[in-house]
Amino acid sequence: MIPIPKLKVTMPDIVLFILQKSVFITVFFAVTLGVAAYATLAERKFAAFFQDRIGPDRAGPFGLLQPLADGVKFFFKEDFIPKQADRFLFVLGPALSMAAACMSGAVIPWASDWVTVAGRIPIQIADLPIGVLYIFGVVSMGVYGIMIGGWASNNKYSVLSAIRASSQMVSYELAMGLSLIALVMTTGTMSIRDIVLQQEMAWNVLIQPLGFLIFMICSFAETNRTPFDLPECETELIGGYHTEYSSMKLGFYLFAEYINMFVASTVMATLFFGGYQFPFLSIIPTPWVSLVSFLVLFAKIFFFMFVFIWVRWTVPRFRYDQLMRLGWMVLLPLAILNLAITAIWVVLT
Amino acid sequence: MIAPLSTRRKLVGRPQMTWLERLYLPAIFSGMLITFRHFFRKKVTIKYPEQERPRSPVYRGLHVLKRDENGAERCTACGLCAVACPAEAITMEAGERAQGEETLYREEKYAVTYDINMLRCIFCGFCEEACPKQAIYLTDRILPSSRKRSDFIWGKDRLLERHDARIDVQTRHHYAKGDEVL
Repeated sequence: MIPIPKLKVTMPDIVLFILQKSVFITVFFAVTLGVAAYATLAERKFAAFFQDRIGPDRAGPFGLLQPLADGVKFFFKEDFIPKQADRFLFVLGPALSMAAACMSGAVIPWASDWVTVAGRIPIQIADLPIGVLYIFGVVSMGVYGIMIGGWASNNKYSVLSAIRASSQMVSYELAMGLSLIALVMTTGTMSIRDIVLQQEMAWNVLIQPLGFLIFMICSFAETNRTPFDLPECETELIGGYHTEYSSMKLGFYLFAEYINMFVASTVMATLFFGGYQFPFLSIIPTPWVSLVSFLVLFAKIFFFMFVFIWVRWTVPRFRYDQLMRLGWMVLLPLAILNLAITAIWVVLT
Repeated sequence: MIAPLSTRRKLVGRPQMTWLERLYLPAIFSGMLITFRHFFRKKVTIKYPEQERPRSPVYRGLHVLKRDENGAERCTACGLCAVACPAEAITMEAGERAQGEETLYREEKYAVTYDINMLRCIFCGFCEEACPKQAIYLTDRILPSSRKRSDFIWGKDRLLERHDARIDVQTRHHYAKGDEVL
């Protein structure tokens, strides 16, 4: 019989653990919501810059209080639920959207370990051995918020949008999943912490350039950003799934989109661009390593968010048949090809 | 065979795209480069309340009812401005000057009420041209905005120039007017 090792977990350890994780979760939520709030301002500002305008500059210096004003405005709007809507699902939709958007950050390592006298503290809420799978699963949950919201509105435009959103997400998740499988084949692990640690020498984008391209295009589709923003195209669907929504429920949907954008940028930076790693991390003095690596990760995230905004104000929206053709007849075969090449490469080396 | 109606006719075709063009990525990247260049370009926005767009010297703005050099109202309620008005924005009521009101009104007849509906007014300046008494002028001021329709009916209380704040109508060019401008 194999002797079961006696777990030496004392009460203070558990308390400390819970306390530490609670602090991480709180900080993570605050940072995510803050980034998402300012992403809305950045979107408007950058949109203006791309169009030779100034953008919102009235609320506070350079319009920096604009997100606050928007939030207050959302709360003071009438919270209207249409008579023909399914009340329970109508409320559930935005809540689910928001919850799914917030969940995926849990497995991201935000900085390199914080070395204290008590030991190394990983700056990560949970290091799941199946981190990649978890992210993939949570991201696909985002479609339920849109689907339920569109269905519960009992409005033909909303339902059309819900149908579009679900078929779009299902189509692009295939290619996205295949590009991630190719990535996992090269890394040999699904733990995101290990994937980041492996990228100390070379970023995964160098090993998987095609995989990254596919993943990036699919991220645009998954977050419903232009050129894949068919679920909410104003010109055809009057706002799509959130046509009937008002007040903070609408705010939740819009906010969830920006959180999704943040999460997608984070995942791209973490999986393909080395996460918090950068070439000269080892020469930073120990007390500062965590902070510097955190800032490096955020610089990468902000770069990708800028790209999201940049693409939105450059590329027009796809037609629906073009969208489906791109997903099924271009990205999916490309992803399979990438998978095959990766498989051969992994076997040979 | 019938001759073509135009010699400039041009057949427009949709040529088959090359492989690189069908990839769309080069087109997307060049488009992104264009938008990126605009990102740093000089902004065209005019921040209105602080900055104003430069206006033409003949800009026709808000009306003013003038007073003469002694501060008496020049308008005699002849109604020529109302007749000239193509938008029918001007209404007025005439009254007879009473004894002892000579300092208030320049002539025996005066306008008891004088209203311009600014939502009807097209700022053509015909009233100014029609006025034989040089009583109404368009100025270079801008009509203030409001949330209420009733705020746009301007009566004598707002049209008439104040004794302590006389309005110089010469800041605006009056090409049509031959007379001396007051």
